[in-house]
Amino acid sequence: MEERAVKHRVEPLVLAHIGVAFAMFAVAAVLGAWQMMARSPFGAPYASPETYFASVTAHGTIMAYVMPILFIMGFGYFVAVTALDRPLPSMRLAWTGFWLAAVGICMAVATIVMGEASVLYTFYPPLTGSVYFYLGLVIVVVASWLWVALMIWAMAAWKRENPGHPVPLAMFATVTNAILWLWTTGGVAVELLFQVIPAALGWTQTIDVGLARTLFSWTLHPIVYFWLLPAYIAFYTMAPQAAGGRLYSDMMGRLSFILFLLVSLPVGLHHLFMDPEHGTGFKFVQTMLTAVLLAPTLLTVFTICASMEIAGRLRGGRGLFGWIGALPWDRPMVLATGLAFILLGFGGFGGVVNMAYGLNAMVHNTSWVTAHFHLIFGGSVVIMYFAITYEIWPKLLGRQPLSLKHIRGQLWLWFVGILLTTLPWHALGLLGQPRRVATFDYSNPAIASWGPWTEASVVGGFIMLASALLFVWNLATLYRSSPDVDRMRYAIAVNPPQRLPKALNGFALWNALVLFLMVAAYGYPIGQFFLIDVHPALVHHFESGG
Amino acid sequence: MDEQEIVKTELRWGMVVAAAVGVIVAVIIVSSFVLAMHPPSHVETIDPTTLSKSREFAEGNLGTRLNPDGSVTVRIIATQYAFVPRCIPVPQGRPVTIRITSPDVIHGFIIAGTNANTMVVPGYVAEVRTVFKDAGDHLMPCHEYCGFGHSEMWSLVRVVAQSKWHNDENGRASCETSR
Repeated sequence: MEERAVKHRVEPLVLAHIGVAFAMFAVAAVLGAWQMMARSPFGAPYASPETYFASVTAHGTIMAYVMPILFIMGFGYFVAVTALDRPLPSMRLAWTGFWLAAVGICMAVATIVMGEASVLYTFYPPLTGSVYFYLGLVIVVVASWLWVALMIWAMAAWKRENPGHPVPLAMFATVTNAILWLWTTGGVAVELLFQVIPAALGWTQTIDVGLARTLFSWTLHPIVYFWLLPAYIAFYTMAPQAAGGRLYSDMMGRLSFILFLLVSLPVGLHHLFMDPEHGTGFKFVQTMLTAVLLAPTLLTVFTICASMEIAGRLRGGRGLFGWIGALPWDRPMVLATGLAFILLGFGGFGGVVNMAYGLNAMVHNTSWVTAHFHLIFGGSVVIMYFAITYEIWPKLLGRQPLSLKHIRGQLWLWFVGILLTTLPWHALGLLGQPRRVATFDYSNPAIASWGPWTEASVVGGFIMLASALLFVWNLATLYRSSPDVDRMRYAIAVNPPQRLPKALNGFALWNALVLFLMVAAYGYPIGQFFLIDVHPALVHHFESGG
Repeated sequence: MDEQEIVKTELRWGMVVAAAVGVIVAVIIVSSFVLAMHPPSHVETIDPTTLSKSREFAEGNLGTRLNPDGSVTVRIIATQYAFVPRCIPVPQGRPVTIRITSPDVIHGFIIAGTNANTMVVPGYVAEVRTVFKDAGDHLMPCHEYCGFGHSEMWSLVRVVAQSKWHNDENGRASCETSR
C-alpha cells in the first residue's frame, strides 16, 4: 500500500472544506477593502446604499458563518482522523454535510448578490429579506450539525475501542467545540425558524422584536468562541510541538476548554446592554459571568508561555527572558502564536471595556466595537487558521512544506494590516463615529476630523487584503513542490495523562451544567416576553422603508 | 519537572487570575452602584403601530420641554429615515431625560462626545438620563442599520447656555428659539 501522510482517505474531504472556506474568505476580503474605501473620504467605484449594504451583508455572512463553519468542519475531520488514528465513522455522512453546506452557501450568496437580502448577517427583524437567504443559512447550519454528530460519534467509537484511556487533547477540544456549537446555534435557529422565516414567507405580519434580539444574543457571544477554539487547539497541541518543546500541562488544556463551554454561553446579554427590553438585573448578572470568561484565556496564556519556555530553554535560551529569543520564530506556527498573543492582548483590553456594564455606553455601536471584533477575529482567529492551514495543507497533499520566507512575510503583513486597520477605528469610536454607515459627509466640519483616521485604516485594510491574497497564492504554489510523507504530530505533555476522572474525559456533566447556567441566565430574559404586555412590530421588507 | 511542581505553579497563577478577575468585577460593581452608572434598562412597552395616536408621542408633543421642577424631558421618534425633531435643544447643566421610540424598525443613537447611547426598539420606550456640562453642538447619528437610508439619519443636539435659553409658556423649546 502507498505510504501517505494522512491516512484513512480523508484528504479530499478536508481539502474541499478548507478550500471552499478560503475561496469565500478571499471574496469577502475584497469586499471588506471596498467597503472601507466607500466610507472614507477617498470614495469607491459603484458605491451606493444598495451596493454597500449588500456588500456588508455578504462580508458578514461569509466571515461570521460560511468561512469559520467550513474551516472548522474540515479541521475537525482532520483532527478526528489524525489524533484518533481511525477512519471517520461515516464518510457518506461527512460528504452529505459538505454538499448540503455548498447548496446552502449558493442559496444565501445568490440572494445577496441579487440584492434581495441586504439585512446584514445579524438580520435585524422586523426588517426582512428574501426567504432563500435565511433558508440557505439554515441549511449551512444543519450541515454543520451533521459534523457535530460525526465528531461525537468518532470520539465515542474511539473510547469504546480504548476503554479507560484519555481522549487525546486535540480531539477532546474539537468535540468541546462541536458541543459548544450545538448549544450556540439554538438561539438563532429558534429565531429564524419561528420568527423570521414565517415573516419572510408572509405567514405572519408582526414580530416580537425584543424576543428576536434576545434569541440572537444567545448565539452572538458563543459563536465567537466557536471561531476561536481552533486557534486554542493550535496553541495547545501544535505550537509547543512546532517550537520543539512539550505541552506544560494537558490537564490545564482540558479545564480551559471546559470553562469555555460553560461560560461563553450564558453571557450574550452583554450585547444588549443598551437595549430597552431588558432590566438592569440580568444585564448585571451576565456581566459578572462575562468577567469569569477571562479566566480560561489567562490560564491558556500561562500554559502556552510555560510550554514555549520549555522549548526555548531546550534550544539553549538562558536567563529570565533569554528563552524568548531562542525560540524558532522562523516557523509559521511559532510566529503566528506570538503575533496572535500580542493581538489577543489588544483585543482583550477592548473587550473588557465593552463588557463593563457602565462603560459600554461610551462605545456601543460605534467604530470601537467594529475595531474590537475585527481585532479578535482577524488577529487571533484568522491568523491561527492561516498557521493551521500552513501546517496541514502540505500533509494533505503529501508534499514538502512551503518556502518559509513567503509565509513569514504573509503573517507579518496580516499583523501590521490588522493593527493599522483597527487602532484608528478604536479612536473613531471614541469620537462617536457610528457603525454600519455607508458614507459620511466629510464636508461637515464636525465629521471632517474623522477623515485622516479613516484614511489610515483604509491603508491597513489594503495591507490585509494583500496578505489575504498572498495566503491564497502561497497555498497554490504548494502544488509545485516535491512529494513528501510527513505525519501529523501533536504536542506531548510534560506529564502525559495516564488515567483521567470520567468527568474530564466526557461531556455529560458539563452539558448538564450548561443547561443549568442557561436556564438561570436566560430563563427570565426570554420568559419575560411571555409575561409582560408585549407589542410586536409590523414586518418591514428591507426595501420598502421611506 | 514532576507533576506536583507544575500544579504548584498553576495554583499560583490561578490566584493571579482570580485576583485580576476580582479587580475587574470590583471596579464594575463600584462604578455602577456608587457612581450610578447603569445602562438604559427601562422595560416600558408601547404599541408601535399606534404611536401617532398616543398622547405622549403624538407629533405635537415631540421635542424639548422644560418641566416645572426645572428638569428637561425630550421626546423623540426615530423612524425610517429621520429623527423627529431633527434638531434638539437642551439647556446646559440641567438634568435631561430623553424618551425615544420607533414606529417601524430598530434604530439607535449616540450623542457623539457623550455617554448618551441607546438602542431604539419598536415596542419599547428607551429612556436615557444625562446632564450636558458644556454648551455646543453634538452630532446624533442613528447607529443601528435600519434600511438603505440609514446613512442619512442624523440629528443635532444643541446644548444651550442657561443665559441664552428660551422656552415658551408651556416650557417648549426649539433650535429656532434657543441658539
